[in-house]
Amino acid sequence: MKKKKTTMRWVLTIVALVVTLFHLIPFYIMITTSLKANNDFSSKWAVPETLQFSNFVEAWEKANLGTAFVNTAIITAGAAILLIFLGSMAAYPLARRNTKLNKGVYFLFISIMVIPPLTALVPLYKMVVDIGMMNTHEIAILNNLAAFLPLTIFLYAGFIRSTIPKELEEAAKIDGASTLVTFFKVVFPLLKPVTATVLIISCVFIWNDYQFAIFFLQDNDVQTLTVALASFFGQNQSNLNLVASAALMSMLPMTILFLCLQKYFVAGLSSGSVKG
Amino acid sequence: MSEMVRGTLRSVSRRKTAVRKRKNQNSLWWMYLPALIVVCMFILYPFLNGIRVSFTDWNGFSQTKNWVGLDQYRRMLQDPDTWLVVKNTLLYGIGSTIFQNLIGLLYALLLNQSIRMKSLTRTIIYLPVIISPLVMGYIWYFFFAYQGGALNDALVFFGFDKINALGNPDLNTWIIVFVNTYQYVGIAMVIYLAGLQSISKDYYEAADIDGASAFQQFRNITLPLLMPAITINVVLNIIGGLKLFDVIIALTGGGPGNASQSMSTFMYDLYFSRQDAGYAATQGVLMAIIILVLSLMALIYFKRKETDA
Repeated sequence: MKKKKTTMRWVLTIVALVVTLFHLIPFYIMITTSLKANNDFSSKWAVPETLQFSNFVEAWEKANLGTAFVNTAIITAGAAILLIFLGSMAAYPLARRNTKLNKGVYFLFISIMVIPPLTALVPLYKMVVDIGMMNTHEIAILNNLAAFLPLTIFLYAGFIRSTIPKELEEAAKIDGASTLVTFFKVVFPLLKPVTATVLIISCVFIWNDYQFAIFFLQDNDVQTLTVALASFFGQNQSNLNLVASAALMSMLPMTILFLCLQKYFVAGLSSGSVKG
Repeated sequence: MSEMVRGTLRSVSRRKTAVRKRKNQNSLWWMYLPALIVVCMFILYPFLNGIRVSFTDWNGFSQTKNWVGLDQYRRMLQDPDTWLVVKNTLLYGIGSTIFQNLIGLLYALLLNQSIRMKSLTRTIIYLPVIISPLVMGYIWYFFFAYQGGALNDALVFFGFDKINALGNPDLNTWIIVFVNTYQYVGIAMVIYLAGLQSISKDYYEAADIDGASAFQQFRNITLPLLMPAITINVVLNIIGGLKLFDVIIALTGGGPGNASQSMSTFMYDLYFSRQDAGYAATQGVLMAIIILVLSLMALIYFKRKETDA
């Protein structure tokens, strides 16, 4: 019986190993491709004979990745800060004051979550052109903010309702603190777990966003990483080695962050996905 | 008189509580006003406006547009591309949902056992979730590309003919499903793992004593108790799959022709490449309806199963 169990365990370990190796294949191909010279016609499965690190320098410069990194960072950080600030502030009365108006507004926010943002694209694009915000960081921030606000409010409101004791706020009110001061001094610090979730969701999805960015950020100097990468791919289909180097560099920051903070990423992304 | 005084007093005190109540129940609307404005301006208003545009022949840039009634809708129903694109979208949505859930559940069952290097396996399977779907598309492009793709290198090595996987309309839609599944199977796996770990071991011990086989235990204990996790995963994956955009752009660009186009990429094409904004908006309305109906159907179906179990 015991022997049977150990055999079983080894079989399952081997299965897991095969699964892991299978999942690593595309990364292996990308890494070896990024390190080969363009005139290296060896099999994609072969390890490169000489490591062509100059691919990375060339791709970095040609794909304009430096600017793209800065743009992506500005947009992600801007949207994340506003999401946390506006989202938590909006959730507070919706969770605490059960008036008819607030119930209606909360329902509106939740319903908007169901609208696929892309279906609003046609008039949105025209509106952005009309108000002269094409190719600005601000429009990318606002679009992402709008797209993630309903989910953020939903997460904050649920957390305030279920875990923050009302007595704290009442005590602060008796001490004569205004609503806004009570909120930011007493309630907001207690919202850290949701704030972490919102931060992770916005970092991953806004950093990786392509759908919005491709429409509203077409100029070279406002392009985000995904847009820069897509146009670089268009120009270099005959030099996949360079594209692979650029792709590898563009995914590196998020990958390192994920490997360091894995626990928080997994927890944050799944609590955000439980919105269904 | 006493009756009158009492009545007045009562009404006064009632008014007083009403006032106090209203004060306590101040909506504090100014706190959500900024968020409400942003969401209305950038989602709700354009969405409603899109429904209006779908009844016009607007080309996307001119200042004028003509009201054409239901013409765009009629055109949509008669357009063979619509049905091709809807078919693809359903394949992406439902196909990825089935694969992500089946494989995600298998992975979760595997990693719920005591095996070596569990956390490493989990990390590797989950890693693609945090990578941009566009980059994921390119990563698999290096694998499937006709010229210099890893797949063809392997086929040639083993003496087979090269295949044009991404250019073959019968194959490339399935490759897109595959890549989407590969990328997001990690989320399904993690949600199932959490579900499995919340099931009490007592059930299995009792079943063991009753002599239930492993399969019977899975069917009668594990599956019913996993229903909440299944609901979340199915609804999530359907919505994600129906909206698929980036991966398609990276792998096939929607081609050849419209062969692998989803509703999202088709809309993008109609608006930006063909200056057919009115029609793009009509397709957008159809897309919103399909996503809404399918995700609601999945939600209701699985919620009912959940309560049955």
